[in-house]
Amino acid sequence: MPNLKDLKNRIASVKNTRKITKAMQMVAAAKLRRAQEAAEQSRPYTERFNAVMSRLAASVGGSDSAPKLLSGTGEDKVHLLVVMTAERGLCGGFNANIAKLAKIHARRLIDAGKEVKILTVGKKGRDSIRREFAKNLVGHVDLTEVKRIGYADAQGIAKDVLGRFDAGEFDVATIFYAKFVNVVSQTPTAQQIIPASFDTEEGAGEVTTLFDYEPSEEAILADLLPRGVATAIFSALLENAASEQGARMSAMDNATRNAGEMIEDLTIEYNRSRQAVITNELIEIISGAEAL
Amino acid sequence: MADTMQFDLVSPERRLASMQVTAVQIPGSDGDMTAMPDHAPTITTLRPGVLRVDGPGGATEYVVTGGFAEISASGVSVLAERAVPKGAMTQEHLDEMMEEAKTMYATAKDNFVNEPGPVDDAAKLLSDMVALGDHIGLSSKQPNL
Repeated sequence: MPNLKDLKNRIASVKNTRKITKAMQMVAAAKLRRAQEAAEQSRPYTERFNAVMSRLAASVGGSDSAPKLLSGTGEDKVHLLVVMTAERGLCGGFNANIAKLAKIHARRLIDAGKEVKILTVGKKGRDSIRREFAKNLVGHVDLTEVKRIGYADAQGIAKDVLGRFDAGEFDVATIFYAKFVNVVSQTPTAQQIIPASFDTEEGAGEVTTLFDYEPSEEAILADLLPRGVATAIFSALLENAASEQGARMSAMDNATRNAGEMIEDLTIEYNRSRQAVITNELIEIISGAEAL
Repeated sequence: MADTMQFDLVSPERRLASMQVTAVQIPGSDGDMTAMPDHAPTITTLRPGVLRVDGPGGATEYVVTGGFAEISASGVSVLAERAVPKGAMTQEHLDEMMEEAKTMYATAKDNFVNEPGPVDDAAKLLSDMVALGDHIGLSSKQPNL
């Protein structure tokens, strides 16, 4: 049986841990609110953008002159996977889930005889993917310094991806991130960004209005497609940021609760052993007195 | 005919304005245009410039770059990659934007040696930036093209 002093130390240390997890939970809650607000703020842009794009894509998409970003390179050989994870751990299964989805995807592509290239955003994902697909990694974007994700960060990543596309390094690009459902549930999601696919059903209902285009439809589409990539990445980054904080909040909530349980158990054990010591002493005194 | 229409100005990061207006002057890439209620449905891309909004409460001006405007009979929505109220525009903002345009021009010149298209586009963007700077009364340090 551990002695009293040890138990007392254990209890003190678990109490400290609980303080830390509690603090992290509260910080995550505050950050989550901010991240959700940011995601909310960007939604009108993304929605309208996609509505216009799907309309444009529907009218230009079929022709041969459609830009490569929309119609693809005509091949399906080299895949670029952009895996977006957090820069920090201690957020439950958040990073692991995204990395797992990406790995399954990568393995399936490799089995099908395709070439896979992986670009990671956020160092947690890179660490876990490097173990298995080290030779497939082509790049990494570090957002450690970024406190609040801005559109410029997304543009930077988009520029990287588009540069590789223009250089003919890949045919299909897919981004991996966690969609924020609510605080306790985040869904790892794969979304293809090149060639771009837009929800055409949504746009189809609006075709009733005929728009004039200035300059031509093709020129607008060519101008907007690269922006579409940045927009998709930006909204994925925002979803990811909200998901990360949500996951961290529930992970830390669990940790706090576990620490509480542990403290209760330890306290009971401590009290029992203290009582045992007292009883022992009493027995010794009594039997000593009887022996006289 | 309705006197006012719905106007929305959104950037990827936030919604800057959403209100009833009487007219919107848009810096389209093929030239400025003013949209008033019951305008023919039009979609145009933007060049860097000043977006002027006339509302019941007076005129407001925004500096916008990149993006497009969607005009329909009942309203105008402008989706700009970057949008700043004109009053909040500072020399640093402009310098930053100028720097970006210059880098773009330089890379376009390096990458497309024999294709004038992209180089001209980048040059146009740069000169639009300069014009924008002059227009709002900030120095734009004329670059050498």
